[in-house]
Amino acid sequence: MAHPPPASAPELPAELAEATRDGAALKRFLHGLPGVDQVGLEQRAAGLATRSIKKDSKLWAIDTAIGMVDLTTLEGADTAGKVRALAAKARRPDPDRPDTPRAAALCVYPDLAATAVEALAGSGVGVASVATAFPSGRSSLQAKLAEVELAVSAGATEVDMVIDRGAFLSGEYGRVFDEIRDVRESCGPAHLKVILETGELGTYDNVRRASWLALLAGADFVKTSTGKISPAATLPVTQLMLQAVRDWRDRTGQLRGVKPAGGIRSTKDAIRHLVAVHEVAGPEWLSPALFRFGASSLLGDLLMQRRTQLDGHYSGPDYVAVDQ
Amino acid sequence: MTDPALDAPRSGSPWQYSPAPEARELADLKANYRMFVDGEFIDGTGEPFISTNPATEETLAEVSGASESDVDRAVAAARAAFERTWGPMPGSERAKYLFRIARLIQERGRELAVLETLDNGKPIKESRDADIPTAAAHFFHHAGWADKLDHAGHGAHPRPLGVAGQVIPWNFPLLMLAWKIAPALACGNTVVLKPAETTPLTALVFAEICEQAGLPAGVVNIVTGAGDIGAEIVAHDDVDKVAFTGSTEVGKRIQRTLAGSGRKLTLELGGKAANIVFDDAPIDQAVEGVVNGIFFNQGHVCCAGSRLLVQESIAEELLGKLRSRVSTLQVGDPLDKNTDVGAINSADQLARITELADTGESEGARRWSSPCPLPERGFFFAPTVFSEVQQSMRIAREEVFGPVLSVLTFRTPEEAIAKANNTPYGLSAGVWTEKGSRILWAAQQIRAGVVWANTFNRFDPTAPFGGYQESGFGREGGRAGLEAYLDV
Repeated sequence: MAHPPPASAPELPAELAEATRDGAALKRFLHGLPGVDQVGLEQRAAGLATRSIKKDSKLWAIDTAIGMVDLTTLEGADTAGKVRALAAKARRPDPDRPDTPRAAALCVYPDLAATAVEALAGSGVGVASVATAFPSGRSSLQAKLAEVELAVSAGATEVDMVIDRGAFLSGEYGRVFDEIRDVRESCGPAHLKVILETGELGTYDNVRRASWLALLAGADFVKTSTGKISPAATLPVTQLMLQAVRDWRDRTGQLRGVKPAGGIRSTKDAIRHLVAVHEVAGPEWLSPALFRFGASSLLGDLLMQRRTQLDGHYSGPDYVAVDQ
Repeated sequence: MTDPALDAPRSGSPWQYSPAPEARELADLKANYRMFVDGEFIDGTGEPFISTNPATEETLAEVSGASESDVDRAVAAARAAFERTWGPMPGSERAKYLFRIARLIQERGRELAVLETLDNGKPIKESRDADIPTAAAHFFHHAGWADKLDHAGHGAHPRPLGVAGQVIPWNFPLLMLAWKIAPALACGNTVVLKPAETTPLTALVFAEICEQAGLPAGVVNIVTGAGDIGAEIVAHDDVDKVAFTGSTEVGKRIQRTLAGSGRKLTLELGGKAANIVFDDAPIDQAVEGVVNGIFFNQGHVCCAGSRLLVQESIAEELLGKLRSRVSTLQVGDPLDKNTDVGAINSADQLARITELADTGESEGARRWSSPCPLPERGFFFAPTVFSEVQQSMRIAREEVFGPVLSVLTFRTPEEAIAKANNTPYGLSAGVWTEKGSRILWAAQQIRAGVVWANTFNRFDPTAPFGGYQESGFGREGGRAGLEAYLDV
């Protein structure tokens, strides 16, 4: 913890500032957080999934979800052409229905960030770039920061970094914290999403600790997964992160966001997550500024369901632009 | 409360859930329901009465009323069935009927769930996901026992008692019926059961299910009426065993009536359960458990966690989270699949809850009610949390039987146990801590029939349920529950 907090970092209440003093203080704080009861957490998630969302409230949810999608392509086979195709879809998801909201952002690898920025210029759709040796996070700090700089200099408005899970699991919280803070500084004005890769953290207690660690280090968003590990986003994990940002608001007055990513493919799943946002964090999180879906195929289903709501019947996948 | 915004009504949200009502037609509601005696639906010679929908105050149906002679007839039919058909029948044969009844409850599950919600006022999500499936589970469980009673730990060839007279309350109409009838039948007894006068309808549909299952005449008799008919049943000379679930006051009266008669009795009465939250509890899940403990079924639960005992060091934080969570509960139309808290079962009960809640305020406790909107018609009461409650206040001592939580604090584990046990009741309790040894220690110290650890209001046919002290005696469910219906 060699670095003092950056000058731009907002003021934290004393007990939270104290928690970031050094590795030992951080460990004391994270291990002092209330435990998570697995049975109870999953029971609540199952309860949230039984809300029946129909008619007007369904249409509202679909439009809100479309506006929260970080349309994502993170494949070794990605090309500039693929990125431009997705950019066109993010700008105008359903050309037949111009009132359809646009996606929140396009999420790509850093070497394609410049292509995405160009393709989305003037559209209002953000460009998110993964960085820090995504998805494993296994590289030197220098290499990770170089990637962040590549993304930011290309014009990415959002950076999705991964944490060093190895360091986290071996209890080196200070190292994880320093790395997030360094990335935060390198981001400049870009928003920072911190991917915890919850599928590798093993326990809900760890998910809670990692969420607080990321928030303390200055994450604008906590994000569940890379999409490369299963399980990725689940309702209990999203719920837990929503509790963390709600508690963070209650303690600091600051609003931070949550992004489940990976595994959310259907409108039904997306609506269940929005119910959790609504009831666990609160209505003010029902905004792309504070909640995103990291997804590739979800948008297609949302568009089909939107047509169904408006037309009163299904139209089929051929009426929605394919993603790949 | 660190943030006054937590008190803000949810109507400020941009997202309102559109109504998602379950179809009322599924209940297949009839204009008239008749009692079931000796395998036949009969009119009864008492005064008919009406059953109303507490959510709308509308009349649902007219129900035939029993008189003393109908009770005689039902008991005689049960006696004859016990002696001629059901008593002598091998357990393996009885099991077939019970399995059939269990499956029929499942098959007619939606109908029963909607009917239960109409008659009782409980949310459809509870009748659909808790009451009806658990009722079926009780029949499945006891069907399995019917031919294995030799292995129940009550000696070889334990014998049934004979005719069981059973009186059940209105809070879980079909589920309480299952708790009573399933073990009685599995053990070889026949029954005369009276459902509560405000919620008789699912019991009468259950009578149809008995008919559908081909159950021999007289094995199950359902008589309908008010408390006087219940009194006739429990005092009847030819009844061998009485089982009652309801208020402690009536339970005491029944015990006086049966004293010296040699008839067997089990009572499941009131409660004032403590839900103890230690400072190392998983706090978000504890909040869920507290909410479930007191607002499940509008708090019309004898084992409801109506007293929250929270360690002082986390009391403020827990209360803040609790109020915030309670504000998200949707109160209203019980048939709406999104409703979390439905209607209070009757005007009388609503008046009692209102009166007791008022004493909370006048005795100095701090009242907070959810800012949720309430329907204009029907019997509704906003979920209410009293903080700064002291042991001496009425809301800390008396059973409210409604959506009203009393919050008390403690400093040490010993103080928590002392306060938890400072009640004439002793039906259930909850313990919330991440420390396993503390759970075991607390469970040994607390005088309650059921102690839940890091959960609340979990019911399973394999787990015996029953109370200490003025919460009654005898157990229902599991191996221990069979004892109440066997001559041991």
